[in-house]
Amino acid sequence: MHDYSVAELAQGLREGRFSSVEVTRAHLQRIAALDERFNSFISVDESAALAEAEQADARRAAGEASALTGVPIAHKDIFCTRGLRTSCGSKMLDNFVPPYDATVVSRLREAGAVTLGKTNMDEFAMGSSNETSYYGAVRNPWDTDAVPGGSSGGSAAAVAARLAPAATGTDTGGSIRQPAACCGITGIKPTYGRVSRLGMVAFASSLDQGGPMARSAEDCALLLNAMAGHDPLDSTSSTRDTQDYTAQLERDLSGLRIGLPTQYFGEGLSAATAACVQDALRELQARGATLVDVSLPHSELTVPTYYIIAPAEASTNLSRYDGVRYGHRCEDPQDLLDLYTRTREEGFGDEVKRRILVGTYALSAGYYDAYYKKAQQVRRLIRQDFLDCFEQVDIIAGPTTPGPAFALGAKSDDPVSMYLEDVYTLAVNLAGLPAMSVPAGLVEGMPVGLQLIGQHFDEARLLNVAHQFQQATDWHLRAPGGID
Amino acid sequence: MAWESVIGLEVHLQLATVSKIFSGAPTTFGAAPNTQACAVDLAMPGMLPVLNAEAVRCAVKFGLGIGAQIGHRSVFDRKNYFYPDLPKGYQISQFEAPIVGRGEFEIALEDGSTRSIGITRAHLEEDAGKSLHEDYHGCSGIDLNRAGTPLLEIVTDPDIRNAQEAVAYLKALHSLVTYLGISDGDMSQGSMRCDINISLRPAGTDTLGTRAEIKNVNSFRFVEKAIACEIERQSDILEDGGEVVQETRLYDAERDETRSMRSKEVANDYRYFPEPDLLPVVIDDDYIEAVRASLPELPVEKRHRFAAQYGLSTYDAGVLSDSRELADYFEAVAAACGDAKMAANWVQVELLGQLNRSELGIADSPVSAADLGGLIARILDNSISGKIAKQVFEHMWQGQGSADEIIEAQGLKQVSDSGALEAMVDQVIADNGAQVEQYLAADEGKRKKLIGFFVGQVMKVSKGQANPKMVNELLAKKLT
Repeated sequence: MHDYSVAELAQGLREGRFSSVEVTRAHLQRIAALDERFNSFISVDESAALAEAEQADARRAAGEASALTGVPIAHKDIFCTRGLRTSCGSKMLDNFVPPYDATVVSRLREAGAVTLGKTNMDEFAMGSSNETSYYGAVRNPWDTDAVPGGSSGGSAAAVAARLAPAATGTDTGGSIRQPAACCGITGIKPTYGRVSRLGMVAFASSLDQGGPMARSAEDCALLLNAMAGHDPLDSTSSTRDTQDYTAQLERDLSGLRIGLPTQYFGEGLSAATAACVQDALRELQARGATLVDVSLPHSELTVPTYYIIAPAEASTNLSRYDGVRYGHRCEDPQDLLDLYTRTREEGFGDEVKRRILVGTYALSAGYYDAYYKKAQQVRRLIRQDFLDCFEQVDIIAGPTTPGPAFALGAKSDDPVSMYLEDVYTLAVNLAGLPAMSVPAGLVEGMPVGLQLIGQHFDEARLLNVAHQFQQATDWHLRAPGGID
Repeated sequence: MAWESVIGLEVHLQLATVSKIFSGAPTTFGAAPNTQACAVDLAMPGMLPVLNAEAVRCAVKFGLGIGAQIGHRSVFDRKNYFYPDLPKGYQISQFEAPIVGRGEFEIALEDGSTRSIGITRAHLEEDAGKSLHEDYHGCSGIDLNRAGTPLLEIVTDPDIRNAQEAVAYLKALHSLVTYLGISDGDMSQGSMRCDINISLRPAGTDTLGTRAEIKNVNSFRFVEKAIACEIERQSDILEDGGEVVQETRLYDAERDETRSMRSKEVANDYRYFPEPDLLPVVIDDDYIEAVRASLPELPVEKRHRFAAQYGLSTYDAGVLSDSRELADYFEAVAAACGDAKMAANWVQVELLGQLNRSELGIADSPVSAADLGGLIARILDNSISGKIAKQVFEHMWQGQGSADEIIEAQGLKQVSDSGALEAMVDQVIADNGAQVEQYLAADEGKRKKLIGFFVGQVMKVSKGQANPKMVNELLAKKLT
């Protein structure tokens, strides 16, 4: 049962071949049996999950089922879940049980999804390896000595190991796409504003975007149907109409123009990964697409621009964790300053502190113009690069990461080399574009991802291209060994 | 040396919206602590601000009320600092692009002159909560009911020269915002809080001296006193050849002095940057014109109209246009009696005097405008004298009915029957032979004074009801 996709589970439930309780129990049993190896979940409430499954079965019996009724999924522990601890991978929120659901969670509940539990992640979504979690590193199901990518590493590992058919993730600079690539699954970061950020613990407000992670593009489309849409409580969420993201999956690719940025195929990209990506592109070409060389001239400014803007926003988003109202509070504070400094010293890990310091510095009087303001100007240039490309092409393609998942600990002491892991994914967030990662091959037994970047609000086209690719290939069906 | 004081005011005005500026929690004053703070106000993880359209409307009304430029694209910024009653660790405010730009504001002074005060800007922001330091055994309590209440911060140019002008400005501002209905302007409840920036310079120069800021002064009277003692403090320093330190000070009403809030000035770096959770506020001309069309006649306009239409002095027109309710009351009295100057006089002297003594507002007046107009009409048609009218007014105040009812019931109608009056005059002349002789012996100048005695006697005999004008005429005729 754990090999079924979301689409297959929905169909089986519809046809009465199995109940939600059976499906949910099967996944809970796998989590209990296998997750010790991967550490992909932070919180699992079995009885709550089974109770939700029972309700789903009752609704179906009453003829009130909707698209995902009874399908179990996991949520990244960044999404607030009413009554279920939401830690964001941090000691700071280790004791935090929200009295509300994030909009993403409530929309998926309304669509009938059952919550299996909350997945592990880099602390406050800051990391590319899932090693900064207060709850310990997540291990890659393809090789437990390798990282799963991050920050949505728990979601990616759980889906790859068939502990959950799908999971939610968030992507601020690649946090859905990079772990999806590392774990051989499919994930989409929608256009900024397509999915509500309400109830999603903020990292960098102008870059954060939630999205689905699953094994196929079709499954991602099914979940995105439930997640997308305007939320009046998120002022940055788009009022533009959503679409049925499954409607265009079968469209053929003839006439599709795919842009290949020369900057994404140069120095830094491993040869084996490049070869996988080239094979994937030839497959798309075979199905009618034409490949066009394009240029993103400001690419080399992406990493420094991102590492000004994201930490700047994070530094103030994380000011609320002060030990006054909820979350961690140090023992016996002597005075206000002591309360603040010890609470935050104890509650935050090193990477979070590093980014708070960088961001605070970048916003400080005398540095603001040189750093934050300049970064915002460059951000507009980076966005314009993409818009210029989309004058010539329909989508842009390239690698998701420079290489396959690296070994645990390999980059922990070198933040800059860790930041370069996201060199191909960061620009998409700065430009607010939708993008996805699709399994495109294996390098020495480790998965590699093809990144597809679309025009604003053109998620349907991306999912269409990914689905067509998955009709022609079986990389997305490959599972790591030793999980049965 | 003669010093000139240079004063600028920053007023934090609480806007009278039903809900908070970025959440749906109510703004009602005086609820039990933390009962009016929702997840957004508490800065719970993942919560986001949503701008209250009514707060924007209030700000635009204010901007139009002072003839200011309205920002077609204004931006919210985060002002970052840690404090326990600031739940997010930043205040959402406006820094580079405020919603209200430069404007001008005319104030009327007691001597009848007017002055124009420049308004630098006004911007929207959220209020913080309150820290409560008593009753918690060495800890502090935090009440977040006020957190997120919409504020309009109104900043003047350094155009104010003394305490009287500062108070006149605040009163005029209070009048404007209550006319506009955007705030109750109640200083005692903190709806209007004032920070005073003040410096001195040698009279006749136009450089600016080092200023001190006096924070959070919460009544007109304290503003006046705080400025007076700060001017004295600074001039003492300067006279002694010292230098004023740029710092934040507090006014202590009990000791009537200002004192430094901090021993050493901490330079706050608020790290302002555009709030990424909110879109810029885009306001088009149609919106502005619709708001403009909804504005009532403003206090300054009303003052000018009262002066022109009713021939009132600038000062009287200012008093009567101070609040919409008072202005409406006055105009109703004037219409009912047909004599605006009499109406102005009665409203200002008798009515406001009684209201002030009883600590009542115009809305609570026991005497309606129509009834007061009815009373004045009886003076104008010589039914009663002004003096009797004051008696009648006392009875009206006590709820004994309209002027006509009281005059009728108590038989206070003025005696204008010449036969009856002549009898009274004759009797007074007969009873006061000595005074009559004295009067007849006196010259024209003295006679004018002496005749008052006879008028008084006739009034006494008539219990005040004799028509004074006719009595005067009769006496003048008979005493020859």
